[in-house]
This record gives sequence, structure tokens and C-alpha cells, in this order.
Amino acid sequence: MLPDSLVDLHALQLDDARALLEHDAQNSDRDPGESAVHYLQRVIDGLCDLSLKDPLTGLGNRRHFHGVLARAIETVARSGDSVLLLLLDIDHFKSINDTYGHLAGDQVLRAIAGCLARCVRPVDTVARYGGEEFAVILPHCRPAFGRAVAERIRASVAALAIDIAPLQTLSVTISIGGAYAPEWVRSTADLWIERADQQLYRAKTEGRNRVCLDQPRELAVSAEEKGLLFSQLELDELALPGPVPPRVNA
Amino acid sequence: MNDTLAPAASDAADNLPVHPIGKVIAVTSGKGGVGKTFVSANLAAALAKRGLRVLVLDADLGLANLDVVLNLYPKLTLHDVFTGKATLDEAILPAPGGFSVLLAGSGMIEYSRLTPEVRGEFLRVVHSLVPRFDVVLLDTGAGISDVVLFAVSLASEILMVATPEPTSLTDAYATIKVLVGQQQRERIRLIVNQTTRAGSGVAITHQLQQVLDRFVVSGLGRSFTLSHLGDIPADPEVRQAVMRRQLLMQSQPTCSASTAIGQIARALAEKLVSKDG
Repeated sequence: MLPDSLVDLHALQLDDARALLEHDAQNSDRDPGESAVHYLQRVIDGLCDLSLKDPLTGLGNRRHFHGVLARAIETVARSGDSVLLLLLDIDHFKSINDTYGHLAGDQVLRAIAGCLARCVRPVDTVARYGGEEFAVILPHCRPAFGRAVAERIRASVAALAIDIAPLQTLSVTISIGGAYAPEWVRSTADLWIERADQQLYRAKTEGRNRVCLDQPRELAVSAEEKGLLFSQLELDELALPGPVPPRVNA
Repeated sequence: MNDTLAPAASDAADNLPVHPIGKVIAVTSGKGGVGKTFVSANLAAALAKRGLRVLVLDADLGLANLDVVLNLYPKLTLHDVFTGKATLDEAILPAPGGFSVLLAGSGMIEYSRLTPEVRGEFLRVVHSLVPRFDVVLLDTGAGISDVVLFAVSLASEILMVATPEPTSLTDAYATIKVLVGQQQRERIRLIVNQTTRAGSGVAITHQLQQVLDRFVVSGLGRSFTLSHLGDIPADPEVRQAVMRRQLLMQSQPTCSASTAIGQIARALAEKLVSKDG
């Protein structure tokens, strides 16, 4: 008899889960020497992974995207970190499908997904947001750099030669709309996405293959101003970690 | 709602008309986490101790921390007033410390974008609060988002809270710049929180004023004064009170930080009275 706290693997219906994981090309069979707990953990991890991944491109799916976005909103509200959300849409994707077929369309989606993943930092999140729409969440991305990052992504995709059949390559472009999370304000995912989406719409109507960003109002302080702000203040007037220094003169 | 206060366009935040209302005081800051809500709540208690009828309005729409500081969990909030589910009287709560509060409620998150409707509702609420109290303190958010600038634009007095750290002072400076430029403010009062030596706040205010004079005021054709309202010394009792979710003015009325807040309340009350008289 097993104690209550242990699960008998034979009592679980794991066939569907195993089939799903096999489909994902992960070895889901139990190794002879593997403990039941370890095996079960591996199945659960595999399922979690599957539930957050887009099967075609291997990127995060919409569920994954919303989870990351929700956490970003909480962080921004309290830390004032600059987080940029980009929505990217493939230009004229329907005509690619119509002209070259859906398999070619899938190739294009995979190639762009790979390109996006290579364009960003490990801390960033790339997700497939919809059919031909992708999303990128970039934490710690100061407003001064946002446009350069988005432009780099746009140019990298435009420079791709995508193999859609032997000896047949295709070039595609994307339009990008972006918005920063409002700093020190707890916004909602819907409002944030809507702002980025408006910019994407602008990029589309202004001719596609371009970047439109909703730039936040920045607290603009020049280096000269900063220098003067602290030039006269003695160091011990600014809060420093450690014990309070003794006062020498008033 | 007064028609002249209605916003002309939905996105007019950049040239927001300022309609300061007497006895409305905004407590704001350049960056978050400098103790803005702590100052609002304890200053309210200190003003109440001086016999004033005080209300603190959680104007930090979408980031309500006042409930946490005061350990209050109301059923009815400003959100319910906005949506017509509650009257103003139902949503005004007595807070520990002898003042009243109107909390935003978590539903206010959806108002973090400043639509004409939100402005209208907000104005309506502030206008109906003013006759009932001697002082209405607006605990606003940090920085220069539309909601913050709007809330601050309603106040006749602005209290800027900063800590004596370079990032906090830089953001305070940048925010003051925006308020001077956009809202034609002639005076902002600075409270320096968590100071570690006497005289810090005076020196910091002086320094900020010098840089403002050089980079902002010189091009204005009018004067601007950054007044030093007071310092609140770094005090271990503050952390204790925050952790226990008690009002410092109540739990430790004689500690150094409480004494400082009492002095700030006195200075503020005298200024308000002299203005009325």
C-alpha cells in the first residue's frame, strides 16, 4: 500500500498527456531507472511548456504573452521601469498565402519568428500574438532606445531571404506599432495593447514596413542640469547607506 | 459640473488648463517610493490634530496605496461614486487619526487613462468635497502622467515629496519643471523625506532653486519659488509603523519623524490661514 501522499502512477490516465508530449518530439517515455515523482514532474513540466508555446513557430503563445504582460504592468506601476510593447504584423500576408500557398505562409511565419528571437535580448519576450501578428515585450528599454530597437527588428526581417521552396526565396516586410507602459501608473493589459495597436494601425496606413511608437512624455533633464543639481551639495547631504556621518559644521 | 472646467479636447493634457481650487493641496513626487502616501496620511493626521477638518483623496487612480497604509478595506470607494453605485457620503470613511478618506478602490485601474468622462467625474467629486472640509489633500501618483498632472492642476498648493537621493531629486526637479512650464505655477513647496542630517532640506531646496532659476525661470518672464516646507528625518519608527500598518502620528506621536510632520502641519496651516485672511 502506498501512503496517501504518494501518487500511484498506474492509477493516473497519462495516455493523452504522453501523446501530446510525443507529438512535441520530447521523449515522454519513462526511463527504467527514473523515479515516479521525477517522471510525473517531467510530464507536468512538458505540459506547462506546451500550454505556453505556439506549435508552429516555437515562440510563446498568446497565453504566455498575457502572463508576461500582466507581470510587467505590476512591475512598472511600482518601479517606474520603462517597458516597451511592440506589436508586429506581416505586411500583405494574405497575398503570400494566396500566391504561394499555406505551406509557404507557414515557412514565412517560422522564418520571421526565428529572426525576431535572434533580434532581442534574453530578458525580452517574443510571442505569436495572432495569425500573422507577433508581440515583443522589452523590459528595461529606455524611451531613447525604443525606436532603434524596433527599427533593427524591422530591418532584420526585411533583409531576410526566406526559402519557401527549392530555389525560391521570398522577402517580406513587417509593420511595427509600439507603446510604453505608463510609468508609476497601474494600467491594464487591454489599454496597453490598445495603445500599441493604434500605432500598428498608423504604421499600416502610413504605408507599411515602418515603425510607429507612442512615445511617452519623458522627464527631460540635461547632463548640465544634473551636474549643477549636485555640484554644491556635499556628499553627506545625500542619503548614503551606512551610519549617519558625524556633523562637522552646520 | 462647471462648464468652463470641461476639457476642450480628449487629448488636451499637454496644455491642461489649470483651475486651482482653494484649500485643495496636492501631494506629489517625481518618482515613486519616496513616502508620498506616508506623508499624506500623517500630514492629514497632524492637520486634524490642529483642529482642521481634513479629507485625503486617493488621487493616485489605479495605484491605491492609501488603503494599505491606513489598513482600511472599504466596501464602497471612489470607483462606486464614479459609477453611481454609491453616494459621496457613503464612500467617505473615517480614518484612524481623526481625518476622512476617500479611497480609489481597485476598480479605478480602468481610469488610469484620462478621458473627458474621468476628468468630469473627478472635478465633480472634488468640487463637492471642498465645502465640507477645511483641507482636501490629494494623494497623487508620481511623475508626469496625465492623471497626475490633472490631479495636481486642481490644487492651489503643491507639496513635492523627495528623498535626498540623486534619482529622487532629479525626478523631482524634472517634475517641477513640467509643473512650472505647463501649469504656470509660481510656488511649489518641498518636503524632504528621510533626511540624515539637519539642514539637508534647506540646502537641497536652495540648490534646486538655483538650477531652476538658470534653466527654467530665466526664460519665463515671471518668478518661481521653491519653498522648503520641512524635513522628515530618517527614523526607524517610520518603518516599524509602516510594517505594523499604523499611522505614525498615532502610534509614535513623539518620535522625531512625527515631530517633524507636526511642524510641517503647523507651517502649512499658518500659510493656509494667512491666505484666507
